[in-house]
Amino acid sequence: MDFLRPASWEEALAAKAEHPTAVPIAGGTDVMVEINFDHRRPEYLLDLNRIGDLSEWEVGADTVRLGASVPYTQIMENLRAELPGLALASHTVASPQIRNRGGVGGNLGTASPAGDAHPALLAAGAEVEVESAARGTRLIPIDAFYTGVKRNALQPDELIRAVHVRKADGPQQFSKVGTRNAMVIAVCAFGLALHPVTRTVRTGIGSAAPTPVRAEAAEEFLNAALEEGGFWDNGKIITPSVAKRFADLCSAACNPIDDVRGTASYRRHAVGVMARRTLTWTWESYRGTHRTTEGAA
Amino acid sequence: MRVNFTVNGRPREADDVWEGESLLYVLRERLGLPGSKNACEQGECGSCTVRLDGVPVCACLVAAGQAEGREVVTVEGLADYARQRAQGGCAAGACGTSLQDGRHRPAEGTGTGSQAGEGTELSPVQQAFIDAGAVQCGFCTPGLLVASDELLERNPNPTDADIREALSGNLCRCTGYEKIMDAVRLAAARQSEGV
Repeated sequence: MDFLRPASWEEALAAKAEHPTAVPIAGGTDVMVEINFDHRRPEYLLDLNRIGDLSEWEVGADTVRLGASVPYTQIMENLRAELPGLALASHTVASPQIRNRGGVGGNLGTASPAGDAHPALLAAGAEVEVESAARGTRLIPIDAFYTGVKRNALQPDELIRAVHVRKADGPQQFSKVGTRNAMVIAVCAFGLALHPVTRTVRTGIGSAAPTPVRAEAAEEFLNAALEEGGFWDNGKIITPSVAKRFADLCSAACNPIDDVRGTASYRRHAVGVMARRTLTWTWESYRGTHRTTEGAA
Repeated sequence: MRVNFTVNGRPREADDVWEGESLLYVLRERLGLPGSKNACEQGECGSCTVRLDGVPVCACLVAAGQAEGREVVTVEGLADYARQRAQGGCAAGACGTSLQDGRHRPAEGTGTGSQAGEGTELSPVQQAFIDAGAVQCGFCTPGLLVASDELLERNPNPTDADIREALSGNLCRCTGYEKIMDAVRLAAARQSEGV
């Protein structure tokens, strides 16, 4: 094994171009587990810790450009207003020690269906900024990023530099099922974002399909129902039958498996419950009641 | 490969480090610092918690090469670290460089000496763990000490919820959590009273 320590982003891209099998390591919270357990023996480890800008973020007019290595702790502490869904999801990642090291770039690189950031990114709307020495930068829409179980749209010579997440224009929520609050791999998870500006709702489902997915049919149904009932303007409580139908469609968007963490039917059921709850929480918040985006992890 | 970094205020060098090796392995097996414990090797248990440039991390998930040029504090150095902080040697989270002067340390020696934490006074959080009976088998204790010390540095008057959250990445298989809570509350109380 070789340990590559590029001092700059350009050096990192050159190293990745020269050694496409090199495994990037930043927080190490996924990669080191695999190495410690002998599940993986990469020829090259590509350490990204020396590249400072990967740990920085910029708040723009419409998006936050979040460096791939910004630790979850920083997202929780500094981006709660701009990225409330992702901040909530970040808070459910493992433990303080892990949140101090891990970041969204690693979640995207690993592309586990159980990654906590994915539902929040899908619901908010995001683009992944990837780059190669040969072809430069491209932005991959989050909807096209996850291509299979632990597979993503990255080419072997590409590295993830940042993710551009749409700034919240309305309430967002994240919910996750597990046996305790800390140190839990999601049994399943759900993210929901209201977008009052476009009068749309976006969702993200985690750990209930081979990849993180949106519940698109459920979104379309809800968008139409909200429009038809004038809900965005009159701010009325969402009709229970609408919430129920939305929840059922979210369950139907799942394609889960039975595994040690839960059964497929439980996951379908739980996603429906989380869909209804997060819709209620966010809608109550939109209606201007005292509810906030806090405390729903 | 060779890795150079600062451990508990002293520059250290580890040779023949395998590229996939963890910081934890280097500390325990190459530098003679077995205080950080090796249990789950997957970041679940927190027993290997150390400070990396001031930040609490699981040493089992840091690749040795990633520690190059950085500052690590282990439980063996916790007493010195806490003492220097109390003397105003550093602000919260920025203790790194002030440790380098090593006033309390003997010259670079052959054995582990104070590097292993022997013969030094305990840190307030260590003393509180003893006084509160928060140590059973002791395996999880080093990680809990490092995590608790960092919590009290950042938040001198934590609520119970703050303590639970700060220690949520540290498992105690003896299930001694209530005593551990007592110990952190005790350390916080003593700290605020200036005892």
